[in-house]
Amino acid sequence: MFSLVQKRRWFYLLSSLIIVPGIAIMIYSVVTTGALFRLSNDFVGGSIYELQFTTSGATEANIRDVFEANANDDLSIQRLGSADANRWSVRAAFQDTETQGAILEGLEQIAPLDRDSVRIEQVSPTVGQEVAQAAFVAVIIAATVVTGFILLAFREVPNALQYGLCAIVAMLHDVLVVSGIMSLMGLLLGWEVDALFLTALLTVVGFSIQDTIVVFDRIRENIPKHLGEPYETIVNRSILETIHRSLATQLNAFFIMIAILLFGGDSIKQFIAILFVGLLTGTYSSIFIAVPLLVSLQKGEIPFFSSRKPTIQAVEA
Amino acid sequence: MEKSIRSLIFITIITVFCIWVSLPTTEGIHIDSDGDGTTEINLNVQLSQGLDLVGGLRVLLQAELPPGSFTAEDLRQTANNVGKRVNALGVTEPTVQVQGNNRILVELPGVRDPQVAVETIQQTALLEFVNFSGLSGQAQDFINARILTTQQVMIQNQRGETNDGTLLVNPLTNLPFETVMTGAGLQAAAAEYNQGQWLIQFELTNDGASIFGPYTAANIRQPMAIVLDGQVVSAPVIQAQLDTGGVIEGRFTEDEAKQLALQLRSGALPIPLRVESAETVGATLGQESVNLSIRAGVIGVIIVFMFMLIYYRVPGLAATFALMVFILINVALFKLIPITLTLPAITGFLISIGTAVDGNILIFERIKEEIRANKPIEEALEAGFNRAWQSIRDSNFSTIIICAILFFFGQTPGASIVAGFAVTLVIGLLVNLFTAVVVTRTFLQILVVVLRQPIERRAWLLGA
Repeated sequence: MFSLVQKRRWFYLLSSLIIVPGIAIMIYSVVTTGALFRLSNDFVGGSIYELQFTTSGATEANIRDVFEANANDDLSIQRLGSADANRWSVRAAFQDTETQGAILEGLEQIAPLDRDSVRIEQVSPTVGQEVAQAAFVAVIIAATVVTGFILLAFREVPNALQYGLCAIVAMLHDVLVVSGIMSLMGLLLGWEVDALFLTALLTVVGFSIQDTIVVFDRIRENIPKHLGEPYETIVNRSILETIHRSLATQLNAFFIMIAILLFGGDSIKQFIAILFVGLLTGTYSSIFIAVPLLVSLQKGEIPFFSSRKPTIQAVEA
Repeated sequence: MEKSIRSLIFITIITVFCIWVSLPTTEGIHIDSDGDGTTEINLNVQLSQGLDLVGGLRVLLQAELPPGSFTAEDLRQTANNVGKRVNALGVTEPTVQVQGNNRILVELPGVRDPQVAVETIQQTALLEFVNFSGLSGQAQDFINARILTTQQVMIQNQRGETNDGTLLVNPLTNLPFETVMTGAGLQAAAAEYNQGQWLIQFELTNDGASIFGPYTAANIRQPMAIVLDGQVVSAPVIQAQLDTGGVIEGRFTEDEAKQLALQLRSGALPIPLRVESAETVGATLGQESVNLSIRAGVIGVIIVFMFMLIYYRVPGLAATFALMVFILINVALFKLIPITLTLPAITGFLISIGTAVDGNILIFERIKEEIRANKPIEEALEAGFNRAWQSIRDSNFSTIIICAILFFFGQTPGASIVAGFAVTLVIGLLVNLFTAVVVTRTFLQILVVVLRQPIERRAWLLGA
């Protein structure tokens, strides 16, 4: 039988190769920008203008002039699409209705705007702060509830705590991978963490647990069926039995997500990309991290958390 | 087999109902049982699209007063008046909602000029007729000035505010100007173009007439100021007793006159409001993202169908049918509940399609194993479904919990788009518990009976 579990040290190494640089990038990001990620308007407040001019004539300089004339500095102005698309994105501070009106009037002087294709978002710092607080609470609740659920789902299995611990480590693994990549994209491409990023992250957590449970379920079922077999063999068998399912399921989710990435609207693409990476690492971690870790724990390779008498445990079960 | 046929009939009924609900032309059931012109039985079926899809304005207004200085009733009244203004703007299906204890959320789908809309709904529009008697020639100097009136003093006292001393008082008495009547005394107001200028014609309520009639009778040929939100708009001289109505002049532009008339009709806001967050989406932009999402969804689903057919063959065919039923039930539920479809909501639905086959795959992999263990087909099917159920239930549960958490996170005004994603994803997961197990099992059992001979000869048809 092909043994995945035996190669577990390689998987740990591979994950470290992704997670450690990710953490390094986050630290770098904190040192240089003062935050783990670039935070979007959703969390800090501000305004976003997506402008569609009907004729050419807009330049970064004249757009900047209009905003600065209305007491807005700290601007970020970007062209969207090709040069002849006449589409621009501007990020600025939160403004009242009058200022927004004055800015739009000023922009109309540059070139006529197609109001049907303009999007403007204003979020006050207060609302942003509330979203940030709610996000914090959501993460805490999610962490608590998910941990509780895992422990509950495996309460009847011998060494329930070990299963729970492995599922949680796999989940943290996914959170770290996604966060590291987000931090990197923030530095490279200016991706911002918004409410949808948090949504993607929590969804990833949900699916990651889902995958881990399917594999663990099989181990739970196989232990009494193959009494006397070494634990490692049972676990390995369980992985091989469920790997088709894991891959087939993920493949289908990926078909849909790739379709959205290639053919869907721009505004949702960053969200889908994060979800995509998250589901990928979620599947990987449930097979190549959660389960091998279980074996490491049972075999006493990890001090403190492991059982004292690993071999007897497996046979008894 | 008999059981399968009963399930099939049940599934067919559900499917036909869902197809009917999903049809774009279906508007629901409205039955007028006793023929009196009003419908007694109403089932509304409409696909409601969010602002990011149809375009429009969404604005969160915040009471510009410290908490505790107004009551919940004041806020409700403010929302009520905002609602009246919104209706007068001629928007289809506007939403005005009180949020928490100091906010009002307004959604105006398809609004063409968000700037004007925000100004119209946000302005307090406290109109006062103020006693300027004795000021004669001086009266015109006050135009556009901000003055302090007895009404404003009263409001400030109610709210526990003090005035900052920059407002002008009556130079004759050194006291605040006397408010004769507020806009509450008006019953109707309309903008009118007359002799080269825009003005507002108003009619008085009975209460208004009983104050305004005697006052104007006693102050003929004296100036009287018309004050809007503390600022003098005009100071005409009273020509005659007014006890039915009159006109307000104030060098208005057409837009200003119409806006003010509308505000006067809907009443002043008991609480001043400021914009806390706002989102304006152009109509074309929304339509574009709908089209792109539909295209992406269709392509994605076709690939999933192809994968399931190629990889799992006969069970794959059952799963494909089940997935079609899944999509129909979802769309029907979106219309029945109804769910407001936004871009994240559509995305949640699409993701749920991608993961919907997970249940099927878990079952089919089990069936394959059982067949490889040389079990007869019927037993293999039975065992496959029974054994996979626990995994399906437990594994979906974690995502359902996460969706619940996301839904509550989405109740924060600034993160409302998250709720749409969570709702459609969770509906998808729940519907999938039904379609992946009941629907697929029924289809598969029937397919196995119909295709018995070819299946028994060729195990690969079952994917094994």
